[in-house]
Amino acid sequence: MVVGKMKFTFQKRVKLAQGLWLLSWLATLGGAVTFTLGCFLKTELRRRGEVMDNTDIHCVPNTLMIVGLASMGINYFASRICQDALDPGRFPRWKTFLKPYFGCSVFFTTLMLISVILSYAMKGSLETSLKIGLKNGIRFYKDTDTPGRCFQKQTIDHLQMEFQCCGNNDYKDWFEVQWISNRYLDFSSKEVKDCIKSNVDGRYLVDGVPFSCCNPSSPRPCIQYKITNNTAHYNYDHQTEELNIFIRGCREALVNYYMGLMNTIGAVVLSVFLLQSSVLASVRLLQTSMEAVAGQENVEIETEGYLLEKGVKETFMEYVDPVLKLLLLNQVTPPEAKPEAGATGTTTTTS
Amino acid sequence: MALMKVKFDLKKRVKLAQMLWLMYWFSIMAGVLVFSMGLFFKIELRKRSELMDNNESHFVPNILIGVGLLACFLSASGGKICYDSLDSTKFVKWKSIVKPFLICCLFFNILLIVTAAMCFAMRIPLEFTLAEGLKNGMKYYKDTDTPGRCYMKRTLDLMQMEFRCCGNNNYKDWFEIQWVSNRYLDFSSKGVKDRISSNVDGKYLMDGVPFSCCNPSSPRPCIQQQITNNSAHYSYDHYTEELNIWKRGCRDALVSYYGGMMNTIGILVLMVTLLHIAVMIGLQYVNTSLSTLVNPEDPESESEGWILEKTVKETFTDIMAKMKAMGKGNQVDEGANEEAAATVS
Repeated sequence: MVVGKMKFTFQKRVKLAQGLWLLSWLATLGGAVTFTLGCFLKTELRRRGEVMDNTDIHCVPNTLMIVGLASMGINYFASRICQDALDPGRFPRWKTFLKPYFGCSVFFTTLMLISVILSYAMKGSLETSLKIGLKNGIRFYKDTDTPGRCFQKQTIDHLQMEFQCCGNNDYKDWFEVQWISNRYLDFSSKEVKDCIKSNVDGRYLVDGVPFSCCNPSSPRPCIQYKITNNTAHYNYDHQTEELNIFIRGCREALVNYYMGLMNTIGAVVLSVFLLQSSVLASVRLLQTSMEAVAGQENVEIETEGYLLEKGVKETFMEYVDPVLKLLLLNQVTPPEAKPEAGATGTTTTTS
Repeated sequence: MALMKVKFDLKKRVKLAQMLWLMYWFSIMAGVLVFSMGLFFKIELRKRSELMDNNESHFVPNILIGVGLLACFLSASGGKICYDSLDSTKFVKWKSIVKPFLICCLFFNILLIVTAAMCFAMRIPLEFTLAEGLKNGMKYYKDTDTPGRCYMKRTLDLMQMEFRCCGNNNYKDWFEIQWVSNRYLDFSSKGVKDRISSNVDGKYLMDGVPFSCCNPSSPRPCIQQQITNNSAHYSYDHYTEELNIWKRGCRDALVSYYGGMMNTIGILVLMVTLLHIAVMIGLQYVNTSLSTLVNPEDPESESEGWILEKTVKETFTDIMAKMKAMGKGNQVDEGANEEAAATVS
């Protein structure tokens, strides 16, 4: 039961080879683009790595980089194969190479598709990682004298200004954390003592936010402190005041930013995947149609090309069997079983 | 006695023409680069034209754009000429044009040098424009309800955050203007009334700065209000507190930003000038070597090439004599016409 059988005249074979050559160079370019996009995404994730709790999301750019490099290699060989295909003298030397080549190519092309799916599927993991990372960032905001955390304030301030956001879920997160260091609090003043006593953990909590939450588009100078207290400021109602500080939370802002980036990258990689698949299918058709010509006197005869000789399942088992056997052999075998395994190994190779 | 005479055989001529063709391609790309740098500079000036009172001079970027386009055009023509120089039949049609073309190239190179000089010199007028523009910008900071100025606050805030600067010369400029709009001042409160009456113009001045002056690298939360009052804040001395707000003035920051950009562009234009001088000399060699063939019928004969037919001094005196002759020629013609008119009448 042959899959994808097609008849090929000599002219058609020549055309296929020429088209394939051009297509493979385009696909090489596509592979390079994929690699570049992977590098770019990794750089962007690393830039904000301080507010991320884990690096699980890095599997997406890593996969993209691997797939990009592999794709460049696959397409390079595809172009070499199709250059040699029309020369019956040079084509046979590729014979032994083709089976592992197809195996690897299909594996990496599937990996490309998986990376596109991953870029959509990892949203939840990214969100969790950012949630924890931002919570810690806000907690350690005041620790500018603790080694290892002294740049947390600067990081969070720059993040809030660049992404136009405030806090984790929203600006109210700042009300629950003491973000002013004890070094700058006058513990002898009544006001500070009252504030600290009024809460269980003895923290200095204010209904205020850092200056980096201020929105430059606001028509009035920024109100950072006593935000919920309408009487503390003239002509101010904190329920209706929209432009004073950034309303959006930083987690939402960052997730939107990264998902937008990954959506674009996903779309580009999907088109590279389609290009790559068509290159592989063309190489396979060219190979099978040229195989029938081998050894013939007249190279201009009509031949048949096909994608798969047997059905999909049988072909899959054919490829996976040697790999499994290798793995089984490498597993712990009792010493008396070894000559048996060797015997079975030789019998399978001769059959 | 020619200047820098070199003997050429066919092989050398071909090599020269090929190398020159390649260099012309580079100079086309260099022309494109100059054009894009001019465009980039123009866009950067436009982006911040609000801070320059919409008064900035676009002369230098316009010249860069023009020069870039002209460079591309001249390089393309030069490339075509030297491509045809390898074929003696094709070169014939260019023969008469090459000399004026080379003179054009010479003037163009002088223009390039002048452009580079202007790039370096533009810093000075820019500084004045910025000083004026920033002063006005800060004056209109509070006018967020006046049409035409309502975005000044946002522009200034974003600029101060991006360039890490505060005020015009420094942060004290904010103490001298009222940057809080009257709409947000409670005129019934004693504090506000005291401040306004303490001042000749009735302005609400305070020793505070907008939030955009705050430095995120400061270890303590930003102190924007009552900056000069040490007792208003715990453990604070405004003379030693370096990281609280940005110390640098925005005029300084913007001038060094634009100055750096213009220096880079100026250096680039100088390098492009060197490239153009090299291709001009190369084309002169190609032209002279093809016009001095020992045996005009045989393309493989030897020839000589030079930069100038006589020495520099002799060429210069020749040009002066020609110009004088042209001037005298007009006078003699007029004299002859007068005489002719006199004899006729």
